[in-house]
Amino acid sequence: MKALSIKSLTKTYANGNQALKGIDLSVDAGDFYALLGPNGAGKTTAIGIISSLVNKSGGEVEIFGHNIDSELEAAKACLGIVPQEINLNLWETVGNTVMNQAGYYGLSGKLRKERVEKYLRALRLWDRRDDTARSLSGGMKRRLMIARALVHEPKLLILDEPTAGVDIEIRRSMWDFLREINAAGTTIILTTHYLEEAESLCRHIAIIDEGIIIEDARMSQVLRKLQREVFVLSLSEQLEEAPALDGFETRLREDGELEVEKGPESDLNELFEQLNAQGIRVVSLRNKANRLEEMFMHLVENKGAAA
Amino acid sequence: MNIALNLVAAKTIIRKEMVRVLRIWIQTIVPPAITMTLYFIIFGNLIGRRIGVMDGFDYMQYIAPGLIMMSVITNSYGNVVSSFFGAKFGRHVEEMLVAPMSYATIIIGHVAGGVLRGLLVGALVTVVALFFTKLQVAHPFIMISIVLLSSIVFSLAGFINAVFAKKFDDISIIPTFVLTPLTYLGGVFYSISLLPEFWQNASKLNPILYMVNAFRYGILGTSDISIGHAYAILLVFVVVLFSGCMFLMRRGIGIRE
Repeated sequence: MKALSIKSLTKTYANGNQALKGIDLSVDAGDFYALLGPNGAGKTTAIGIISSLVNKSGGEVEIFGHNIDSELEAAKACLGIVPQEINLNLWETVGNTVMNQAGYYGLSGKLRKERVEKYLRALRLWDRRDDTARSLSGGMKRRLMIARALVHEPKLLILDEPTAGVDIEIRRSMWDFLREINAAGTTIILTTHYLEEAESLCRHIAIIDEGIIIEDARMSQVLRKLQREVFVLSLSEQLEEAPALDGFETRLREDGELEVEKGPESDLNELFEQLNAQGIRVVSLRNKANRLEEMFMHLVENKGAAA
Repeated sequence: MNIALNLVAAKTIIRKEMVRVLRIWIQTIVPPAITMTLYFIIFGNLIGRRIGVMDGFDYMQYIAPGLIMMSVITNSYGNVVSSFFGAKFGRHVEEMLVAPMSYATIIIGHVAGGVLRGLLVGALVTVVALFFTKLQVAHPFIMISIVLLSSIVFSLAGFINAVFAKKFDDISIIPTFVLTPLTYLGGVFYSISLLPEFWQNASKLNPILYMVNAFRYGILGTSDISIGHAYAILLVFVVVLFSGCMFLMRRGIGIRE
């Protein structure tokens, strides 16, 4: 069963900006899917169309088999949306925000109250239920939007940069929560600028740039495509110049650390053997950049070069 | 359409609207009561004494139904236009747009909120009026049906205004430049029989004249116009404006990109 099926989706805004140039996307039920792309790539437009907040110019969208053109209300019932921008009624209380949303989805009576309590507790907002949304911190507002999106227990949850501007502790607790609801059966599509977040959470990844999908594969396959890695070595003694190492490219950084670029044909044992032979002792080692981030930049830059 | 879902959703919108009206009662309930009290004191009590009798009623009695209707109209309109535009401006209208309720439910919920505020303020102004004059209801059904229909018409009009509005200025243009002049020229303070024939005929193009006069007929039993015409005009406005709201929501004009 497909949670989301997008075919030849296009969007041209009134000002002539072609935000989507015919994208195809297919998300399996139960998947945890990352949709990545630079600013202005078309991610938010695609999510806007899926959630019927943006009119499409062409193509088809189905949510759990419900076409948004012919079965919009059934499609909406399967979907929960956490938008990128804060779109809360800041004068409404936390409790009423989620209670009202439950009502918009037809939940009433005891079930409605139970759901509101369940998700406000899960997102650690129950104690703030009588406070207005405007009194919450940025991270709490994002959690409130997640509680609001989940109160009708959607089969498909789309989160558009849910952890933007959220501190690392809350971000990691939100990751744990998202993993839990995904394990419980909710399909999740996530857009994020934190590629570490996508790598940590998602099993599938699509990269969109300038309105087209430039990569769509399982996360493990995407990461395997990454041929080169850069390591930063902290040395016990500062070197005058970068040492020549067979099979590796080296560069001495301004702070005295050594950058070593490793290709697929060499391994770290060889690196350390050569460093030992030259009497260079390594105090610590770290990966220069998130692997996915490198992959992302590589794909986006290559597309630019090809164009 | 899932009727049970839409009923719950409509009740939710209405409750939310009423909570909003009561939460900001100092902006929504008190000002019209004060304004209308001033109208009764100045136009009814001070100036009205010199005017004397109009259509067989003392002036205070004569203007009371018009002032009640004026407050119902302006508050019904004002509630929907400010609430829905506020939701658009703050983007929390998206809470409703992503939900599986019908567009008709969104419209009806907001219109019901406007009607309830209009009637609440109308009831308050009626209580204020009773401090100044006696009112005996001549035709209760006509009074209630006309005030309800008028309130629905202006709530729908407020919804359309909110859909088209892009900034806060846009929600005050229609009330200031259209609604207020039409209300003042709609026979609230005078009988059109006092006007020259040309202006009598011109006044008959003003829909608010029919609402004010039909409501006055419901309370006092006197009117400048045919009650049948008033019902016909109100029903046509309800159908046309509701269809307009549905068209705008379906096309996403002003609410979707």
